[in-house]
Amino acid sequence: MLSSLTPHLPVLQVVVPLIAAPLCALFGNRHLAWIIAFVAALISFVISTLLLGSVLDGSVISYQIGGWAPPWGIEYRIDAANAFVLFIVSLIGALVLPYARQSIEREFDASTHAYFYTCYLLCLTGLLGVAATGDAFNVFVFLEISSLATYALVAFGATRDRRALTAAYNYLIMGTIGATFFVIGLGFLYMVTGTLNMADLAVRLADVGDTRVTRVAFVFILVGMGLKLAMFPLHLWLPNAYNYAPSAVTAFLAATATKVALYVLLRFMFTIFQFDFPVQELTFEYVVMPLAIVAMFAASIAAVFQEDVKRLLAYSSVAQVGYMLLGVALLSEAGLTAGIIHLFNHAVTKGALFMAVGCFVYQVGSSRLGDLKGIGKSMPWTTAAFAVGGLSLIGVPLTVGFISKWYLIQASLETGSFLIAGLIVASSLIAVVYVWRIVEVAYLEPVPEGRVKQEAPLTMILPTYALVAASLYFGINSELTSDAASQAAAALYSVTDLVSEGAAP
Amino acid sequence: MSPELAITLTILLPASATVLLALLDKQPNLREAVSLITAGVLFFIVFGLLETVLDGARPTAHWFDVIPGLSLSFEIEPLGMLFGVVAAGLWIVTALYSIGYMRGNDEANQTRFYICFAIAISAAMGIAFAANMFTLFIFYEVLTLSTYPLVAHKETADARRGARTYLGILITTSIGFQLVAIIWTWVAAGTLDFELGGILTDKIEPTLLPFLLALYAFGIGKAALMPFHRWLPAAMVAPTPVSALLHAVAVVKAGVFTMLKVGVYIFGIDLLATTGAADWLMWLAAFSILAASIIAMTKDNLKARLAYSTISQLSYITLGMALATSLGVMGGAMHIAMHAMGKITLFMCAGAIYVATHKTEISDMDGLGRLMPFTYGAFFIGALSIIGLPPLGGAWSKWYLMLGAADTGQIAMMVVFMASSLLNIAYLLPVVARGFFMGNSGPNPHSLGAATAMPAKGIKGIQEAPLWCVVPPCLTAFGCFVLFFYAGEIYTLIEPVAFPNGAPPS
Repeated sequence: MLSSLTPHLPVLQVVVPLIAAPLCALFGNRHLAWIIAFVAALISFVISTLLLGSVLDGSVISYQIGGWAPPWGIEYRIDAANAFVLFIVSLIGALVLPYARQSIEREFDASTHAYFYTCYLLCLTGLLGVAATGDAFNVFVFLEISSLATYALVAFGATRDRRALTAAYNYLIMGTIGATFFVIGLGFLYMVTGTLNMADLAVRLADVGDTRVTRVAFVFILVGMGLKLAMFPLHLWLPNAYNYAPSAVTAFLAATATKVALYVLLRFMFTIFQFDFPVQELTFEYVVMPLAIVAMFAASIAAVFQEDVKRLLAYSSVAQVGYMLLGVALLSEAGLTAGIIHLFNHAVTKGALFMAVGCFVYQVGSSRLGDLKGIGKSMPWTTAAFAVGGLSLIGVPLTVGFISKWYLIQASLETGSFLIAGLIVASSLIAVVYVWRIVEVAYLEPVPEGRVKQEAPLTMILPTYALVAASLYFGINSELTSDAASQAAAALYSVTDLVSEGAAP
Repeated sequence: MSPELAITLTILLPASATVLLALLDKQPNLREAVSLITAGVLFFIVFGLLETVLDGARPTAHWFDVIPGLSLSFEIEPLGMLFGVVAAGLWIVTALYSIGYMRGNDEANQTRFYICFAIAISAAMGIAFAANMFTLFIFYEVLTLSTYPLVAHKETADARRGARTYLGILITTSIGFQLVAIIWTWVAAGTLDFELGGILTDKIEPTLLPFLLALYAFGIGKAALMPFHRWLPAAMVAPTPVSALLHAVAVVKAGVFTMLKVGVYIFGIDLLATTGAADWLMWLAAFSILAASIIAMTKDNLKARLAYSTISQLSYITLGMALATSLGVMGGAMHIAMHAMGKITLFMCAGAIYVATHKTEISDMDGLGRLMPFTYGAFFIGALSIIGLPPLGGAWSKWYLMLGAADTGQIAMMVVFMASSLLNIAYLLPVVARGFFMGNSGPNPHSLGAATAMPAKGIKGIQEAPLWCVVPPCLTAFGCFVLFFYAGEIYTLIEPVAFPNGAPPS
């Protein structure tokens, strides 16, 4: 029976959490809901691992939904690029759930937990769908599914802090504008090509060439996705959303949502519009790259002055998105590889960091720096996890952050740009400042009176350490990730094998 | 034991000892025993490797690839062997001394101290035996991070500030400059393996070479080349065994060792000599030597004075490399060993004085020499070795450095070495002189706290620090003597590196 399911893996990956989501709400029991959610997430993870394994050699899996051949039907296309993203998303999705179970106990009312898992699964469905699909409009649909679920997830934080509601509302407005821009861009593309299948779009767009309509479409899609992935200065929704959302949600979103949006951007920019699209080159050189560099500095400096660790990490995320975009904007395969490898590495690192902060919140009830004095003595394991994550953010050797930095600097030196290499290291030194602020408070301040030495529950520590271990393992042996990233970059680059069997009638 | 296993052990043994140390948190005697035994076994292994290397073999060990094409692997060549022996040997002495000092001062968090110490040694071994710049860099950073808790050991506001400067400068220079230099080398040469004669010949525009060298020279912050030297005095807040570790055993030596490695194995001294890429570095090192010596004279705090002395002495080695001549490399390499032995003696003496009297300012130390004759005697010998007088080890390294300067016709550099020796006398010997000869009659007008600091008149006899604080410096002072007579061995060891074409002037 299993073997008969194998050809359907691309769609099952999305369908399983989609079906599980309403089940959680229907049963209404939080324990049962958790089990359903966890099993669904686990299945997704297994599927994505299988998919990644089968496309890492450069092959492409095309799946036609309902047997309708593309470009009329919806096609799911799995190549190295999105298999890698699917792997990251489902990995984090499965890891955050056991963590969330305890974490949300102290953050909001037990009666709403089943709904939380529903939203969580819907969000996961959306993110996986965005990554898996080969249909441009389908991207929009799943993007909205995940976004709407995300707004609700952020709002769950309102029990702890009412400001979560405004944060969610802001995110809703900004996110909707982003999605609208994106769909307007799609509309233009459909107007000139008459197709929505990505592979087909790429072929037809090459025939249409560089017209005003395609340029407008390009810009709308860039800005729309820029909002979603928190490209500076479209990042304003992010710090509040990350700060006030429940800890588990922050960990999940930080590691996945912006990454998926970046993937969509890359897919459109490189596969559909392609490199020789002149506006693209100009935009990346004169708009995206400067903005990425500004983000690296401005957001890092902003992070230095934050008093709340969650918020600090949120600003750091904006800066890290800057690194990824910078790699991409180098417009070389090495740069793209660097951007993608950082996408994975940052997901792992930031996931671990936000989980560790969630453990602090669980025990101390706050993530403010002032409340975390001497936390290294009261919660040694959690703080150690945080410290390792922090070192990875800085880019210290033997952590994944180092690998990212290595690839980024190498890519920029290969294009002959010493200035950019200098800017990368300069901004990563700001990370030293904001990470060390926390480390000093955690380890060198005396423990306030009345706080007992107690760790967060094991179900929270273990997932945190799983990510910490990942960020060390892939920092020590980056063969798998660098291989996957360069395959992914190659997949995004290669236009020729996109024109698959049934794609162009 | 196969050489490959031996290399792996030198790194993993101290690293795995940390687990035992952590488990023995509540049993200090056993914990210290573990420290000492590990140090002893490590030295035994390293010494075993020394014979292999002296026979001309170059044992290698390959661990795994971190990034495809870039591996963690090790190859023992003479320079690394020298650094390895120095670090492993002095660890034993420092371990002994730490026991006396930490217990004598009743320091807190001793387990953390020993754990970080062991990691630092493990990192130093990794640096010494690295087969490529990538491996070296990784262990270089491990060393930086593992010594941070040591510098911040006391957890006071002062310690925190010092440690912040320490980490800030070392991380900034290593990630800001060194990493860029390494990746630049990788992009240009396509390899990072250390090869005698360098890997950059014809790989990079000669006009760009000085810039790449600058990225390395300033990126190796541990070599304390001015203006990136501030971390060393800042780290003086640490307990004295840490200062010994920083100044003699591991940290600064790792810095100048890396500097030599880069000069000999990345650039190649021939390339440096023909392109003149290191000329500016020579002058900067000369400036560092003199400026740091002059600053040292103004310091009343003994440890601060020694710290600036270290900055000055490190630049000897950088200068030796920058001379881009075989004799300069020989002198620089020898100076790693000679300075280590001399400076560790001085620091342990400073620590012994602190343990016994809790005094840190030189002006308060009048007359102490008569109370602590062994400590002061050791200090005197160490100081003479740093100054470079025979029959002490320091004489040889200065000899070869001078020869190197003469060889390249750099008369100015000879003058720098001579002036620096005089300055050494001026800032080191007064400490000894005050200890033995002053404080007899009335308070010293130069010292502020003289009245309280004076040993009461008429005190007879000896009031030394605890035994484990006094024996180690005496051992290393004796070592300074021994090195004078065994400098030939070091010469034989380094010869294949310094004179790759075989023709050492006889």
